[in-house]
Amino acid sequence: MAKTMPKVDVVLVGFGWTGAILAQQLCDAGMTVVALERAAARSTPVDWATTFDQDELRYMWRHHLFQNVRYSTLTFRNNVNQTALPMRHLGSFLPGTGVGGAGIHWNAQIWRWLETDFKLKSHNEARYGKQATAGLTLQDMPLGYAELEPYYDMFDKICGTSGQAGNLKGAKQAGGNPFEAPRSAPYPTPPLPMTYGPKLFEQAAASMNLHPFPHPAGNLSQPYTNPLGVQLGKCTFCGFCEKFGCGNYSKASPQTTLIPYILTKPNFELRTEAEVLKVERTPDGRHATGVTYIDAAGNEYFQPAQIVALTAYQLHNVHLMLISGIGQPYDPATGKGIVGKNYCYQTMSSVDVFFDDKLLNPFIGAGALASVIDDYNGDNFDHSGLGFIGGAYIAGMVTGARPIEMTRVPDGVPKWGLEWKRAAAKYFLRNMSLSVHGSSYAQAGNYLSLDPTYKDQFGRPMLRMTFDFPDNDLKMAKYCTDRAAEIANKMGATHVHPKPRKGPYDITHYQTTHNVGGTMMGESPADSVVNKYSQSWDVPNLFVTGAGLYPQNPGYNPTGTLAALAFLTADAIKSQYVKAAGRPLVPA
Amino acid sequence: MPKNPPRQVNRRELLTLGAALGTTAAAEALTRHDGMLGGPLRTYTDALPWDDGLTDAPEAAAAGDWRFLEPAEVGFLTAAVDRLIPPDPTGPSASEAGVVVFLDRQLAGEYGNGARFYLEGPWGKGTESQGYQSRFTPAEFYRHAIAAIEQAVGRSENGKAFKDVPADRQDALLKTMESGDLKLDGPITSKAFFTMFLQNVLEGYFSDPIYGGNKGGAAWKMIGFPGAHYDYSEWVTAYNKPVPVETVGLRGRAAWRRG
Repeated sequence: MAKTMPKVDVVLVGFGWTGAILAQQLCDAGMTVVALERAAARSTPVDWATTFDQDELRYMWRHHLFQNVRYSTLTFRNNVNQTALPMRHLGSFLPGTGVGGAGIHWNAQIWRWLETDFKLKSHNEARYGKQATAGLTLQDMPLGYAELEPYYDMFDKICGTSGQAGNLKGAKQAGGNPFEAPRSAPYPTPPLPMTYGPKLFEQAAASMNLHPFPHPAGNLSQPYTNPLGVQLGKCTFCGFCEKFGCGNYSKASPQTTLIPYILTKPNFELRTEAEVLKVERTPDGRHATGVTYIDAAGNEYFQPAQIVALTAYQLHNVHLMLISGIGQPYDPATGKGIVGKNYCYQTMSSVDVFFDDKLLNPFIGAGALASVIDDYNGDNFDHSGLGFIGGAYIAGMVTGARPIEMTRVPDGVPKWGLEWKRAAAKYFLRNMSLSVHGSSYAQAGNYLSLDPTYKDQFGRPMLRMTFDFPDNDLKMAKYCTDRAAEIANKMGATHVHPKPRKGPYDITHYQTTHNVGGTMMGESPADSVVNKYSQSWDVPNLFVTGAGLYPQNPGYNPTGTLAALAFLTADAIKSQYVKAAGRPLVPA
Repeated sequence: MPKNPPRQVNRRELLTLGAALGTTAAAEALTRHDGMLGGPLRTYTDALPWDDGLTDAPEAAAAGDWRFLEPAEVGFLTAAVDRLIPPDPTGPSASEAGVVVFLDRQLAGEYGNGARFYLEGPWGKGTESQGYQSRFTPAEFYRHAIAAIEQAVGRSENGKAFKDVPADRQDALLKTMESGDLKLDGPITSKAFFTMFLQNVLEGYFSDPIYGGNKGGAAWKMIGFPGAHYDYSEWVTAYNKPVPVETVGLRGRAAWRRG
């Protein structure tokens, strides 16, 4: 028998970026908020202090900040004709666990979408004809860039993002991204300085009449105090950022921007080691009454709440929706249903670059330290006759050089033996990898559902992922990787090895933790799970945040946009929902 | 899950941890690892979730009695890792760098026990893109695979063990494992073993010396990686120049320690 806890205004399921954003916003509005986090509390001095943070084995390869698949995993297959099997070890993506979620070990690459990314389907069909989107299940977002801009700005100010604006209120700015949509304000802190590799990239791209600019970074170029009074320090370029925590309070994370403030609020409570099993509803199914959760000892609790917000990682939000029976699960055989539809990823390619005559010292790095071009992203270039839509940013990025992961050798050198050893010794300080960060567009056969065979530790069906790269995205990857190789050649490299992403999708090799879709936002219940305020069409007092809201994934890192959407959601709850609690904010 | 063995605390750590060491909270932190279940339900209302004076730092490994490996396995691994990373003037061989010690400690510990693997059934064969599908923990995987490899080697090499086969034949055998052409009795393919093995050898060679491999930071020195440094600000824009810092691991420099 579950123990019933005192009722609160809001219960948050998961306490990473979006949970922390909702907690801060709704507590400031005077609402009582309880956050339930499945794993432990974590903090800078205890879990990733500078005295032991630079430990590649522990954090990257032994997954100390990542979700432990022993307790929580999913099943995977490339297509519906295969039998899905469990992901028995992490590989392709690395979800977080515990307080702060993946916001601890992310790179802090903070992007906004292009204006055209919000109207992806209609824009591409208007420019290239309906055949351009054939075979893809693209959708427009139910809101535009201008509506989201104030919330993008809010997130930048919370994080103290370092960067160079390219477009301030419509006026182009030298040195920034000329393709970006208008910003209402400059970045809060100046861009990071470039190390040698990114500098070579910048010079080569500029000489080709491309438009290099410093990658927007939540690794701060100078000390910063955010509007909540929380302080971040200047990045020291230790090179242990991507896949690691920051011991130096230099990387924006829930811990370094929001949580110290939230925990001073008397109307806030955080419960850790509290895993939510299900969203509970009234008998008619139209109203969420709260959530059931379980502690490590197996005790069950019922947390009643006026509002339930699913603020966990995208995969878990989709899983909880399916487990709770909210909305119709998507079935690719009939095309009916919506929950789990349009699961997308990120199409990551690269170009390995080796210099016989240059010392790059790539161990000097930060999670978002890069010179980058946006000339081949989204619809920033003419796709006529190319046979695909979408694109990628191309970055001369050096996040560090962790030797287990990043001891690269030129193609043709064996993976072991004396020849490998000598090439590894020769090139470790003389190589970098250009990142080709490509879009991922939806197709009918890629989706998330409940597995018919495998159960999780609580006896619930596991989430099942069915995914392979659409032809459109593989063509995009080839084209954009070729463009990146042109830049690499211009950099004067001795060896240039383009590595365009190829199928089938392989869950064993790290690509990126950008899993999106499955709880899409849209114009109506027929095409989406939630409205533009992230409010469930079926259960109006249920909100769902995160990258699951994306109908497809543009060529950008997802956190900037999902954080902005969470701020917008919080605003809608505070200013509109509370006046008519339990009612839809958008008529169905 | 086995608890971590009691951790050796040296003098420097004692000074660092100060009075907090020995309290209940300290003991809890030393047996806790992030991401593992078993912690109590905790509630935070009015303070940051910090435990003063505690860290969740890794245990140091040093050569000594084998904790997991059997003598025959040590023989196989010592010979095999030195074909993957052979000795030459560039830098140490894998075994010289302590990679076999590393493998032993890893297989005896959390990694070997499959603490971060999902190993429940049912078990299917799967495709390559579905990855590891064995029911074995990594420790069991090594135990079964090495025995099966030695059987196969015995059949093709006149009853010899891998370590007694000439180096060029050892290389040829490792290539047949890499490709999966070496057929093994039992459920493990030689290719699946080789993939895990090569990854673990690189881990041992290049991880912090605290884990037993990369002795003295020699593998890092070979490639030019300075190790666990905190601040490179001074050299960010010093293009195309060597960075004049000493290689250092998590335990600091040898010169910092007495004895």
